[in-house]
Amino acid sequence: MSDEVAIHVRGLRKAYGDTVAVAGLDLDVRRGEVFALLGPNGAGKTTTVEILEGYRNRDAGEVRVLDLDPELALGSRLRGSTQPPRAPGHPRSWRARVGIVLQGTGEFDELTVAEVVRHFAGFYPDAEDPDKVIERVGLTAKARARTHTLSGGQKRRLDVALGIVGRPELLFLDEPTTGFDPEARHEFWELIRDLSAAGTTIVLTTHYLDEAEALADRVGVIAGGRLVEVATPDRLGNRQEAQATVSWRTPDGRVESAESATPTALVAELAARFGGEVPGLTVTRPTLEDIYLRMIGQR
Amino acid sequence: MSTTTRPAAPVAATAPARRLGPTRLALRQGRLEIRQFLRSRESVVFTLGFPLIMVLIFASIFDEEIAPGVSYTQYFITGMIATGLMTVSFQNLGIWIPIERDRGVLKRYLGTPMPKWVWFAGKVLMVLVIGVAMTALLLAVSVTLFDLNLPTDATSWLTFGWVCALGITACTLCGIAISSLARTARSGSAVVTPIALVLQFISGVFFVFTNLPSWMQQVAAIFPLKWMCQGLRAVFLPESFGADEPGGSFELTRVALVLGVWCVIGLVLCLTTFRWTTRRDG
Repeated sequence: MSDEVAIHVRGLRKAYGDTVAVAGLDLDVRRGEVFALLGPNGAGKTTTVEILEGYRNRDAGEVRVLDLDPELALGSRLRGSTQPPRAPGHPRSWRARVGIVLQGTGEFDELTVAEVVRHFAGFYPDAEDPDKVIERVGLTAKARARTHTLSGGQKRRLDVALGIVGRPELLFLDEPTTGFDPEARHEFWELIRDLSAAGTTIVLTTHYLDEAEALADRVGVIAGGRLVEVATPDRLGNRQEAQATVSWRTPDGRVESAESATPTALVAELAARFGGEVPGLTVTRPTLEDIYLRMIGQR
Repeated sequence: MSTTTRPAAPVAATAPARRLGPTRLALRQGRLEIRQFLRSRESVVFTLGFPLIMVLIFASIFDEEIAPGVSYTQYFITGMIATGLMTVSFQNLGIWIPIERDRGVLKRYLGTPMPKWVWFAGKVLMVLVIGVAMTALLLAVSVTLFDLNLPTDATSWLTFGWVCALGITACTLCGIAISSLARTARSGSAVVTPIALVLQFISGVFFVFTNLPSWMQQVAAIFPLKWMCQGLRAVFLPESFGADEPGGSFELTRVALVLGVWCVIGLVLCLTTFRWTTRRDG
């Protein structure tokens, strides 16, 4: 099991006072997988991820992340662990195997990008070369700049650099591309694909459905503190089986459209009717966004 | 997926080889903290500049002697060194830790394999280095501009050393402890500054301690600053001045005792109340 499962969650519950943030969530993430968690604000995404990262305790449920209960690594107080520090099961070794990119940025105003990345590299037993990491996130030109001079997107890249500098086996990314321009987002996607190709397991939360679609092997939708569906992006909400919409322009200029389970046949029929090109032809299936909005709208 | 090429725990097996030793980790953390401090203009101005400016002002205004052959500077420097040590440790940490906590810097450290004590070691090293530098600066300025007489015997220097060390330790621990009271980045200075200011006025920093009302003296005697000042007076003032102290002597044993108790109180508070994340962060 340990070879295949990176994250195993059963019946996870967490409430803040009377507010239930996570209400019995089950989740499995396989090793090497890119898993995207989608959900509206307040659905329990960040709480769930922070429990998995060892930042929060939970009220109930079973959680294993890389074969350790992350609660052991939770250190909001100065409590130590009883295990020897270098044992594989020791929270500190576990920390070295888990990379975290938080939602809020922890800024080091007075330091340069290179200084921060180099400093954090020193915490890890098998860190990547800091200069290479800076290059991978596209901050080489800013390496000697103080971090407070960075733009929002550049700060986010620094966050990512600090998350990957320790060569994690498992990387958590909480809304990583917020504030990125389209070009930066595509560069970031390439970086994630590289990391994934090298075997890193990746769990990301995002608001951008195209991001989930572009990156994720599987998508989980959280609503109301529960995982309402898990599927590959193309199968989410039976998207593949959904009827396609074919539309075209009639000779008198009207746009006509038809729902069809067999759009190819319909297009062939139209092509025959028009004797060649069909004017204004489009074939669409419901986008991930349509499906997603329908799913969370039901809650 | 590359699950077959990935043994169960490869990192743990190779970890000890390249991991930095605890001393290295602590030293580089200290270096980082010092660098951050020196680059932050407000830190340098408030922490280093304040005691220096106070010495320049007060020693220039009160240039008479408080006893034959004993200048006011000789008295005032003790309060300024004690204040400086408290500023570097108690105020500096009490103000900056909430800011770092609020910004999520502490949370970020928490997510790394850094042993937690390393972060504290970094803060302590920063306080020590800045504290020593500032004390040396105050002494140098007072000697060159205001004819301060430095102690000439080894015993006085020894007293100077342990009073400063014990005082800065107590103030460091209390500064880390009080940082948990601030709920947001901004409230750190609102919590710490009034405490520091009041203590300075009632502990004999600006005024001769025994001239203060006795109830004020008694309140001050609860806190470390009064004892730091008193310990330093034993170093910089003639022995005969001990008779003017409230206890009839410089009471060095009691100085050590009270500062030691504050170290213990501070440490216990740190261990039980320190928070790495803000309240809204859970």
